[in-house]
Amino acid sequence: MNSYTSWGRYPRSHPAEVVPLFWISRIPDFNHFSHPVLVYGKGRSYGDTCLNDGGVLLDSTGLDRFIQFDTDTGVLRCESGVTLQSVLRLSLPDWFLPVTPGTQFVTIGGAIANDVHGKNHHRAGSFGCHVRSFELLRSDKGRVFCSPEENKDLFAATIGGLGLTGMILWAEFQLKRASGPWIECEQIRFEKLDTFFALSAASDENYEYTVAWLDCASAGHKLGRGIFIRGNHSSAGPQDSHGPFPLPGFEAPEMLISRPTVRAFNWAYFNSQFRESTRNRVHYEKFFYPLDRVAEWNRLYGRRGFLQYQFVVPYQNREVVAEVLNLIARSREVCTLSVLKVFGSVSSPGLLSFPRPGVTLALDFPYQGQPTLDLCERFDEVMKGNGGVVYPAKDARMSAESFQTYFPQWKELSNFLDPRFESDFWRRVTPTNGNRQ
Amino acid sequence: MTRRVLILGATSGIAQETSRCFAAEHAKLFLVARDPQKLAAVAEDLKVRGAEAVETHQADLNAYTDHPAIINRAASVWQGLDAALIAHGSLPDQALIEKDSLVLRDALDTNYFSAVSLSMNLATVFEAQRSGVLAIIGSVAGDRGRRSNYVYGSAKAAIATFAAGLRLRLLPAGVKVVLIKPGWVSTPMTEHLPQNFLYISAEKAGRGVHKAITSPDSVVYLPSYWKWIMAIIRSVPEPIFAKLKL
Repeated sequence: MNSYTSWGRYPRSHPAEVVPLFWISRIPDFNHFSHPVLVYGKGRSYGDTCLNDGGVLLDSTGLDRFIQFDTDTGVLRCESGVTLQSVLRLSLPDWFLPVTPGTQFVTIGGAIANDVHGKNHHRAGSFGCHVRSFELLRSDKGRVFCSPEENKDLFAATIGGLGLTGMILWAEFQLKRASGPWIECEQIRFEKLDTFFALSAASDENYEYTVAWLDCASAGHKLGRGIFIRGNHSSAGPQDSHGPFPLPGFEAPEMLISRPTVRAFNWAYFNSQFRESTRNRVHYEKFFYPLDRVAEWNRLYGRRGFLQYQFVVPYQNREVVAEVLNLIARSREVCTLSVLKVFGSVSSPGLLSFPRPGVTLALDFPYQGQPTLDLCERFDEVMKGNGGVVYPAKDARMSAESFQTYFPQWKELSNFLDPRFESDFWRRVTPTNGNRQ
Repeated sequence: MTRRVLILGATSGIAQETSRCFAAEHAKLFLVARDPQKLAAVAEDLKVRGAEAVETHQADLNAYTDHPAIINRAASVWQGLDAALIAHGSLPDQALIEKDSLVLRDALDTNYFSAVSLSMNLATVFEAQRSGVLAIIGSVAGDRGRRSNYVYGSAKAAIATFAAGLRLRLLPAGVKVVLIKPGWVSTPMTEHLPQNFLYISAEKAGRGVHKAITSPDSVVYLPSYWKWIMAIIRSVPEPIFAKLKL
């Protein structure tokens, strides 16, 4: 029996029943379950959007079939449990994902439900921008075809709709032309955030992918230093090569990730790049999915699990990044990973989508109980004062009041929810939502 | 090169993954299964994954009288067959079998008689064309009777003996018969069982079957360490075996 945890392994939640799905033609009637249902894919949501305590989890990973692929236009239709990894293995060397998050182990259904984004947001927007159509299975309406033309409100509600508008059976989306599996990658060290913003602004035009790793363990005059990474697809190199071999992950003792080890890692990573800037041609798996190489790296945090806090603030409020880093430096929390990116202005059709123009920062913390939650609460105060928004797919703890402030459109979404679908997240952030408990 | 492949029980978890390996090599696939909707879904998937051609045939393989027609059609569509995989099977509820002889009959039909009947028809085709590979999915459960699934196990044991004999018959014709014995595989057939670390994914099993079809081996355990596990299990003396809750 697989375990059905979220990626952060906090909070723990126990479904009453797990139903593996293998065939679109054999999906049980959601009305026959005595508990609310939720679709669970690869479990890469960090918080509790993929959990359903006391309810039914429908495991969609058995719905892993392709339906149609037009190799001339790059339009792909597949079942919702197909992973990004499977798509890439099929589509390369000619086609690439229009948008990819930092892991290829997510399903297409999950990519739509969370309207995921990636290093090319400034160019391509979020995944939902490339979805042409999908079919939903709902407890009240049966099968519903959705596209920007047909049932367009339900289409918009489902993109970024956290899996609550019914089950996505299959989806059709547009891939983009690629020139093989290699990325021409440039890494540039920066000592302060202003340099990052200047680099990012200067790179938007000529680089398809931009992102930065921040040394989140340094404070004082080193605060805000990091490595800026930018890249473009490259047509050089062998066309059929594979990425690096995977390494095993394991449940580590909790002392593995502690303040001294994290500080040492960050110092070493920052200083591993001796020169101001380096250029390399790297395999796409290494460029986009460095963490995928360690299977179940989330277990390295030990039993306690970890939290990720990802926010976006309007560009003019980008000093919030330094403010947040200062809050971390003054706290006793250990930030293990922080990733910074400037989003572009391509807007998603999704009703509840997270990506929007501005600056986004993602921060990982081992869960150390109340103090970790308190720090995130302080971040929330900063967000609310600066027009910030927190990413639900990463969240395990924000208050209902915070969520409803970030996403006032949640009320509109609730008109499109499938009456049989619920999640731990939704129960937490909308406790007053009618007869839902 | 295995170009024209017949897959019997094409919607089973292992068969699907095996077919995907052949599709990636641009083989032609003739798929037989009972459920037309599942069959269509698998056929579409394999076309996208690169199969040069996919033919489907809807049939209940427990109806033996249809077997000659199915095999003849599969062998004639592309003027010959390079390989056939017999992958259909069921894991019946042992407790139910012990009480209901109709369920018993059905379990033996699915896991033994239909496989033998299909093999006989395929043997004729392969013998006539003097080439081909017949792959049959057996099970480690056939290596020793255990109280939890001895009827299923006995059918798989019988298939193993049958395959050994058929292999000798077809040897002069240059036809290969390979028996594949998977250990525990995560598929729709086993999803209701509690799974442990010895379970492998259907994808891994499918790759193993694909490799077995193209390898010279006549009996293949999947993964290969099951050969040693089963050697130990077979060698445990009965009085001790009786005390093990297996």
